[in-house]
Amino acid sequence: MIAFLIKRLFHALLVMFVISVISFAIQDNLGDPIQQMVGQSVPESERAALREELGLNDPFLVQYLRFAKNAVQFDFGYSYFFNEPTTDVILRHLPATLELVAAATFLIVTLSVPIGVYSAIKPRSPLSRLFMGVSIVGISIPVFLTAIVLIQIFSIGISVTPFPETTGWGSWLNGLLSTEGGMPAYGRGNDLTHVVGTWYTNFASWDSLTYLVLPAISLASIMLPLFIRLIRAEMLEVLQSDYVKFAKAKGISMRRIYFLHALKNTMLPVITVGGVQIGTLVAFTILTETVFQWPGMGLMFLDAIERSDIPLIITYLMVVGLIFVITNTLVDLIYGLVNPTVKLTGKPA
Amino acid sequence: MTTITIPVPSRWARFRDSYLLYSFKRDLIAQVCLLVFVAMVAAAILAPWLAPMNPYDLAQIDILSSELPPFWIEGSDPLYLLGTDAQGRDLLSTILYGARVSLIIGFGAVILQALIGVSFGLLAGYLGGRVDAFLMRLADIQLSFSTLMVAIIVGAVFKATFGGETFSEYAVILLVLIIGLAEWPQYARTVRASVLAERSKEYVDAARVMGFRAKRIMFRHILPNTLSPIFVISTVQVANAIISEAALSFLGLGMPETQPSLGSLIKSGFDYIQSGSWWITLIPGTVLVVLVLVINLLGDWLRDVMNPRLYKG
Repeated sequence: MIAFLIKRLFHALLVMFVISVISFAIQDNLGDPIQQMVGQSVPESERAALREELGLNDPFLVQYLRFAKNAVQFDFGYSYFFNEPTTDVILRHLPATLELVAAATFLIVTLSVPIGVYSAIKPRSPLSRLFMGVSIVGISIPVFLTAIVLIQIFSIGISVTPFPETTGWGSWLNGLLSTEGGMPAYGRGNDLTHVVGTWYTNFASWDSLTYLVLPAISLASIMLPLFIRLIRAEMLEVLQSDYVKFAKAKGISMRRIYFLHALKNTMLPVITVGGVQIGTLVAFTILTETVFQWPGMGLMFLDAIERSDIPLIITYLMVVGLIFVITNTLVDLIYGLVNPTVKLTGKPA
Repeated sequence: MTTITIPVPSRWARFRDSYLLYSFKRDLIAQVCLLVFVAMVAAAILAPWLAPMNPYDLAQIDILSSELPPFWIEGSDPLYLLGTDAQGRDLLSTILYGARVSLIIGFGAVILQALIGVSFGLLAGYLGGRVDAFLMRLADIQLSFSTLMVAIIVGAVFKATFGGETFSEYAVILLVLIIGLAEWPQYARTVRASVLAERSKEYVDAARVMGFRAKRIMFRHILPNTLSPIFVISTVQVANAIISEAALSFLGLGMPETQPSLGSLIKSGFDYIQSGSWWITLIPGTVLVVLVLVINLLGDWLRDVMNPRLYKG
């Protein structure tokens, strides 16, 4: 166990090292910091002196070590645009993104497990076919398009009149097909509740929760079909296995077999895939936040790119890298703990 | 003594008797999907002849006829079948040209990632050892970041390095590069897994004993035997590349509005959705979804036919 932990930790450090080198290379190659600091009128000799003073003429390795030393202390310099430490900017935007991801994860977990299990237990029922059909369509719809359609339906509203409005049933059907709209679709609302530090939450009041609904559904929509299909496929395979057949032969109730015996082994691969998909979810927050103008890290990152705010871009990369590394390491550890067939020492069997 | 020569069936005859064609004939969904896909590709290729207008030609654009609705809504102009966008461009023409750009980038990116991924996968699987460890670790790191994230980061760096102007000018090539670089690990992993299975077979040993060089064994002997999984993931990857391109364009890291792809059409229309002009964004969106959906369904079918246990999900 200890050996496995150390190995994973070493791997995580290696990945962070690679990310930091890439980030530093980006910082080093994009733009001239002197240009950003001083005006046009400053003569070349002063610029050269400033460059020497800031250590910009030092060899790559020396500069990288200085960057790494600051990075370990979470010091990435000042954002050009906000004119405050980049870590402060990130901390201000982080809670919004985390709440969005949390809400989406909640939707994914509570929906994908029952639907996946159901369509594996009853693969031929019309409802399962419907779920599978919808899920392949869901995979093919880009997340920003789902978001736009949701805004059109629930925020702006649609009114269609394919049936004659004059007859009673016609106007009833038209009303059924049309939607009122009115769901908030932009930003987080004004009714946020302060929790601690920079963390203002959308979860505390009913009104602010409505702001979270559409973004969370959009973000969940991209992962949900994937997980339904994965859980279904795994469950189908587990149900074929000998131990399930044996349990059936022993006369254990089907409910117990499905939800106790089979589900446990189904969830193993789901954990691994889930860990990797958290990374994808963070990437998709960029798209979701752009559509809904959700003031999280993703929107901040895009704005930083527009403004060439290089310190902020670098900090975002490092923070996101750190999130990925932590989640991946945790998932590996949990997987090792849950699945006794994994040799935690990493020795070949 | 008479020698009996068994005629070698021609390629066409082999294809005619293949299981692939047999199952295709029995699968209605696959047939419809192929038909729709071929029709869309043909329409995209023939865009300059089919489109009523040239959206790249500024002289044909009339700002006065902007935001006209499609033909089934009141107030439309019969000249513009699907309506016009905010700049007064005919939506049908822009979609035809846009689909063309999306498809070029989608296929280009897949060819690039296949080149990188297949070479790396062959090297990693055949050589093993340090090369394998290094390449697969690289793939792991990149995949844990998710391909879209890598594409966004690379896109951002490219845009910051080249500047907006140059980026727009070479957007097609740069997007192929970005998506190709972001998604090669999928190929590398699949190919490596099949190479590992093939490497221990006798024909590879035989080739090695005969003194062939590693390069020849990898590309002439092993590669043909790993083609069917490559083929299967290629379909899914084309769909992914088209979605990635659309996502990048939607974020403003892709095709400029003067030379729109389906993604940048959706982006440019999104600004007008609040004013009620939903068609500018939702019609190109529908086209994108249909295109990606038929490719995904074809990929599903192909996977079932070629190797039902290749991957899950």
